Amino acid sequence: MTGDFWPTLYVFVLASFIGLGVIRRVSRLLHTPLMSITNAISAIAVVGSIVVTGSDYPLAIRLMGAVALFASMTNIVSGFLITDRMLKMFKSDQKPGSHS
Amino acid sequence: MVGLTQFAYIVATSLFIFALHWMNTPATARRGVFAGAAATAIAVLVTWAQPAIVHHAWIVGAIAAGFVVGVPLSMVPLTAVPQRTALSHAFGGVAAGLVGTAEFYLWYHHEPENLTSFHVGALVCEILLGYLTFTGSLMAAGKLQEVKWIPQRPVTYRGQNIINLILFAIAVALAAAITLRPTAAWAPMAFPAIVVLSLLFGVLLIIPIGGADMPTVIAILNSYAGLSAVAMGFALDNKLLVTAGALDGSSGLILAIIMCKAMNRSFANVLFGAFGQVQAAKGAGETKVYKPETIEGAAQILEQSNFVVIIPGYGMAVAQAQHKVRELYDQLKKRGITVKFAIHPVAGRMPGHMNVLLAEADIPYTDLVEMDDINHDMPQCDVALVVGANDVVNPAARTDKTSPIYGMPIIDADKARTVFAIKRSKNPGFAGIDNELYFSDRTWMLFGDAKNVIGELVKELSGGSGMH
Repeated sequence: MTGDFWPTLYVFVLASFIGLGVIRRVSRLLHTPLMSITNAISAIAVVGSIVVTGSDYPLAIRLMGAVALFASMTNIVSGFLITDRMLKMFKSDQKPGSHS
Repeated sequence: MVGLTQFAYIVATSLFIFALHWMNTPATARRGVFAGAAATAIAVLVTWAQPAIVHHAWIVGAIAAGFVVGVPLSMVPLTAVPQRTALSHAFGGVAAGLVGTAEFYLWYHHEPENLTSFHVGALVCEILLGYLTFTGSLMAAGKLQEVKWIPQRPVTYRGQNIINLILFAIAVALAAAITLRPTAAWAPMAFPAIVVLSLLFGVLLIIPIGGADMPTVIAILNSYAGLSAVAMGFALDNKLLVTAGALDGSSGLILAIIMCKAMNRSFANVLFGAFGQVQAAKGAGETKVYKPETIEGAAQILEQSNFVVIIPGYGMAVAQAQHKVRELYDQLKKRGITVKFAIHPVAGRMPGHMNVLLAEADIPYTDLVEMDDINHDMPQCDVALVVGANDVVNPAARTDKTSPIYGMPIIDADKARTVFAIKRSKNPGFAGIDNELYFSDRTWMLFGDAKNVIGELVKELSGGSGMH
């Protein structure tokens, strides 16, 4: 099991570099939607809570899992919805030739 | 089956990277939301389909509850987006914390083969980060929502940092002990102690931080929420959690760095520097005089200008003035006046807050200009209209070495030919600092609620000569 540490660390380091590279290019206009979308993305912890909630584990364990699943799901739903709602509002200057 | 799951996780990771990549311009950003949602859906379905999952009703119930709460949370007014974001960081934190707690007791009592130092080490990192993000974010959300029993001003006391540090050191020591001896008889007792300490630490970390520093704090908490997902990934040997968490962690980190740079402060200074207490001492000495201006006078000067820069701040959000600002923008544009918005990175209560509010009011994003770009043009600006901004236009940041905001880059409103500043009251701003700009020869004050003042300006302009 411990053998997984190094490969996982590799994945973490590489993913962090990709993250830094990609995020640095995100428009400053969109920093609020960026925060809400990354919030929804990090709710991927939902994967862990599904396993804890749905497996044949003792009741107390599954209860904790269910609360975690509820919390993650709330973030997923509200995170993606509100990001889209905000992004819909960003419009460029529709009237061409107005000002520079 | 394992192969399929792993393949689906790789697809999900790629989609997450695309989602963030598409956020680089408003033109493609909505595609990013679709990619992100698709990736999450894939990950959920594939995990759910695993044969070990037998209690389907539980999952359906929890997911349904998530929808019931999540949908209304996505419909909050945009002025409440900072507290919604803080609240969702709290949800993310508690989810990570609970999964970690559940896994620990499961392993301890039923699956001792998992109790390796590596797994338990990752697990305690997960719960430390998860629970401190939970209470810290709740405190931040409470401050932003201006909940009555959470003080808005920074709360400080003697030895605060030392007490926090000691608490954290105890938590880390317990975590280290449990990592080294995960099967020890005392481990199930030490574990709740770590939980309580990190819950407490989250609260103590946020109470000394004032509202003006919230953009940085929210970004840091964002990063912690991501890192707790990464730790969960290590503990559960799940690489999708590691990659998605790393993306979130780096996003929070970059935003926090941008916010700190925009205030010329370090992380340590934001977290442990307790702002807002220092300046009570000075300022009592001299009494400076504001020069008030009438709505009619201000409207006249606006009408005669060629280039107007509007500088919004948190006051615009508080007054919900963005739609009135849009009307003013329309009135000025109609007269052929160039109107730009100067956006300071820390204006408002979270990164990008002003942009979202102005976009909501249908102001084209092409007229929202970043601080560094607009500052070149400020000397050519006829009128700088400050709407509820304060510290981000305070020239003391350039000149006054004793000022707590000394060194912070500001929008050069004072270089405009005329400055109008809309201000609710004659009190200093959120950070409690006097603003020299308001006493400058070129500055005229418009006292009142931002929404009302701008509404009056619009009325004056639309009733005036320029119309026909």
